Amino acid sequence: MDYVGKLLLILLSTILVNNFVLSRFLGICPFLGVSKKISTAMGMGAAVTFVMALASLFTYIVQYAILEPLGLEYLQTIAFILVIAALVQFVEMVIQKMSPTLYQALGVYLPLITTNCAVLGVAIINIQEKYDLLQTLFNGTGAALGFTLAIVLMAGVRERLELSDIPEPLKGFPITLITAGLMSVAFLGFQGLIK
Amino acid sequence: MKLINIIKNGIINENPTFRLVLGMCPTLAVTTAAANGVGMGLATAFVLICSNLVISLIKDFISSQVRIPAFIVVAATFVTMVGMLMEAFVPALYESLGLFIPLIVVNCIILGRAEAFASKNTPAAAVADGLGMGLGFTLSLTTLGIIRELLGAGTVFGVQVMPQSFNPAVIMILPPGAFITLGLLLGLLNKLTAKTAKAE
Repeated sequence: MDYVGKLLLILLSTILVNNFVLSRFLGICPFLGVSKKISTAMGMGAAVTFVMALASLFTYIVQYAILEPLGLEYLQTIAFILVIAALVQFVEMVIQKMSPTLYQALGVYLPLITTNCAVLGVAIINIQEKYDLLQTLFNGTGAALGFTLAIVLMAGVRERLELSDIPEPLKGFPITLITAGLMSVAFLGFQGLIK
Repeated sequence: MKLINIIKNGIINENPTFRLVLGMCPTLAVTTAAANGVGMGLATAFVLICSNLVISLIKDFISSQVRIPAFIVVAATFVTMVGMLMEAFVPALYESLGLFIPLIVVNCIILGRAEAFASKNTPAAAVADGLGMGLGFTLSLTTLGIIRELLGAGTVFGVQVMPQSFNPAVIMILPPGAFITLGLLLGLLNKLTAKTAKAE
C-alpha cells in the first residue's frame, strides 16, 4: 500500500508541484514554439507523452543492463541521446505503418522531440533519483502529462492574446514569457500540496 | 577582419538569447545567480566552439541523411568532457548547475549552429561563430543572472550591494521571476531597437 501511495505521489508531484515546464524549465522550446493553437498543442503533448514514457523505459534498461555492468556510466549522456534519437525515429516509422491517421496528427512533431530537453531530462532524473522500473514509468508519464497540461493551458491563453491589445514591443515572445511567468506563479500555489 | 565580424554578429546582431530566442531552458533555469550564468555560458561556449570546429572539419565525410545523429554525437562527446572537467575543477558550480550540464547537448543553439553555420563554412569561420555565439550566450545569461540576483537576494556575484534595509523580492529567484524578467527584457530590447530603426 505504501508503495502504491509513493507511485501516486510521484505522479501528482511531477504533474503539478514540480511541473516540468513551469518549475523545472525543461522543454521550454516546444512550449514557446508550438503553443499557438490548442489543437497543435494537444498533438505535441500526445507525441511527447508517448515518447517520454518509452524513453524512460528504454534508458532505464540501457543504464542498468548495459552501462552499469560494464562500468561505462560516464557515457550516459551519449548513450541516452542516441537511445532517444533512435526511439523517435522508430516510433515515427511504426506509427506511419500502423496508423496513418495518428501519423498525420503527430507526424510533424515527432522529429522535434529528439531535441526536447524534457525527454533527456526525465531520463537523467530517473537515474539520479534511483527510481525502480515502475517509479521510472510513473515519473516519465507524469512529467509528460505535466508538460501537456502546461502547453495546452498556454495555447488557450495565447488564442485569447491574439485578439487583445498588447503594447507593440511586447508582442510575440515577451508577452508569452510574461504569461508563462504568471502561470508559474499560479503553479507555485501547489507547492504546499506535498510535503 | 571577416572573422571579427562573425564574432560580433554572434554577440550582438544575432545574440542567441535575445535575438534568435534559442536555448531557453538553461537561460531560465540557471540564472538564479550571476555566477551560475557565467558558468553555464562558458560551458556552453566551450562545447559550441569545439563542436563547430569538429563538424566543419568532418562535414565532407557525413552523408546528409545521418548528419543530425552525427552532430548530436559530436556535441554529446564534448558535453561529457566539459561535465567531467567541471566536476574535477569547480565542483561547487557543477553541483549548482546539476542536471543542466548534460542537457547542454540538447540546447538548440548547438544543433542550430551546427546545421546553419558549421556544416557550410570553413573551420576558422566555424570557430569564430562558436566563439561569438558562446560569448553572446554568456553575456545574456550573466545579464539575467545579475538582475535576478540583485532583486531577489540583494547581491551581485555574492557581494552585498543593496543596503541592509532592502527587502529582497524572493519571487525573482523562483521560477516565475525567470519568465517575467526575460519577457520584460526582451520587450525592452524590442522597444530600443524600434527606436534606433526609426532614428535611422
